Amino acid sequence: MDLKLKIWRQASPTDKGQFVDYDVLDISPDTSFLEMIDILNDKLVEKGDDPVAFDHDCREGICGMCSMFINGHPHGPEAATTTCQLHMRKFKDGETIVIEPWRAKPFPVIKDLIVDRSAFDLIIQEAGYISVSTGGTPDANAVPIKRENAELAMDAAACIGCGACVAACKNASAMLFVSAKVSQFALLPQGKVEAKKRVKEMVAKMDELGFGNCTNTYACEAECPKEISITNIARMNRQFIGAKLG
Amino acid sequence: MSNKPYYSSVTKKIIMSLMGLFLVTFLVVHLTLNSFLLFSNNLFNAGAHFMGTNAFIQVFQWVLFAGFAIHIFYGIVLQIQNWMSRPKGYKKRASMEQSAFSRYMIYTGLLIFIFLIIHLGNFFFVKMGWAGNGIPLTSNGEENMAQLVRSLFQHGGYVTFYVIMFLLMGFHLDHAFQSAFQTLGLNHKTYWGFIKGLSRVYAIVVTLGFVIIPLFVYFKIV
Ligand code: HEM
Ligand code: SF4
Ligand code: FES
Repeated sequence: MDLKLKIWRQASPTDKGQFVDYDVLDISPDTSFLEMIDILNDKLVEKGDDPVAFDHDCREGICGMCSMFINGHPHGPEAATTTCQLHMRKFKDGETIVIEPWRAKPFPVIKDLIVDRSAFDLIIQEAGYISVSTGGTPDANAVPIKRENAELAMDAAACIGCGACVAACKNASAMLFVSAKVSQFALLPQGKVEAKKRVKEMVAKMDELGFGNCTNTYACEAECPKEISITNIARMNRQFIGAKLG
Repeated sequence: MSNKPYYSSVTKKIIMSLMGLFLVTFLVVHLTLNSFLLFSNNLFNAGAHFMGTNAFIQVFQWVLFAGFAIHIFYGIVLQIQNWMSRPKGYKKRASMEQSAFSRYMIYTGLLIFIFLIIHLGNFFFVKMGWAGNGIPLTSNGEENMAQLVRSLFQHGGYVTFYVIMFLLMGFHLDHAFQSAFQTLGLNHKTYWGFIKGLSRVYAIVVTLGFVIIPLFVYFKIV
């Protein structure tokens, strides 16, 4: 298949940047989206041009690196899929594809499609940890955990920190990410010790970094490649109210 | 965390949602009183008289104005912060919101605010003697709010404006009601569908309720 690409090119964080048009020809529908860009980059390198810079690592949907805003959606139009798991058969022959970096004040562009997502790490550093006593290794089965909570914590822990929720949200809010992190701890006994401190500090850090305020549009849930539920946001709000009141 | 006074995004949203739910309740009371006009002028006047004289309501109306002010204040603050959190937008952005109305809350909100000012100018300010020629009186010398309302609803232009404003308010309410529950953390998978449904039913019933009254008066059905 043949495609027209409109890709955001920006040489450096301070460069103004602009969209550049590229034609890629004769792409197999079974090519993954990133492979398609690899093919384009090979051509660019052959011509002596600067290849399109983009983030990627695992290419199997678990690391959360492959941030790209494709045709109006983070990670492209397919639901519950990261860019690296997206295939060209989801597009039409001759289609124009617009590819942009995540847009949010706390995610500045480093180059082309690569943004700096350190803001997420700063939120985790703030309070995304648990206290563990030193001494002998405890028996994993010694701590009883309700099955339902174990499942919910596991669902929340599926968040790969990709930032698609922020990219999708009209307010660039990080509530889905933060609430997934708060929830995965809050639901387990190991997370109880710092529970109150954690929710307050992570919310404060999120605000300080310049993420927007949630207005419950639920775009994040619709776009999250790991289908993190907005019930996590409600849980975080409950935790937050509880922490403030007591 | 610094020591300077700081209202987190979540705190602001919680305050907004509580004020919003307060306004949601108020609208039901207001609609109930308005609907008296469909039955009789005397009933409507009695309702207006009660609202205008009852001590509890007199105090409460200032609480209500404060509620409006706080809701609007935070609505605007949040929106400005939200615009600032994405200084450069996308070239191509699909609509990903799960409720279309959630995209326009600030606009429907500001239009409700404009309506509110005009509405106060038409009724509350007249009643307080701050504007207009006072309230017409009935044959036995009591305030005839019903007549004031009916005379306004004779104007096609006014009725059209009123109906459009309430449709916009309906859009605000459709998203707002369930949003407030989510903000307060009251989202659980077993009853979330119910709350969303209730939000829609509330928005439709309240909007229709407010809208049919001027239409009935204009078309001389009541
Ligand atoms: C009859 C009047 C009104 C009612 C009953 C009402 C109700 C609500 C409720 C319940 C919410 C959801 C709050 C939350 O989830 O935290 C909301 C949100 C909002 N309202 Fe209002 N509101 C009214 C008027 C206004 C006005 C006059 C403005 C003017 C700016 C406004 C602006 C907003 C904004 C910007 C939101 C944020 C969207 C969101 O958080 O979901 N509202 N409203
Ligand atoms: S909540 Fe979903 S969209 Fe947001 S960072 Fe985690 S995996 Fe990505
Ligand atoms: S490259 Fe790891 S999730 Fe896409």
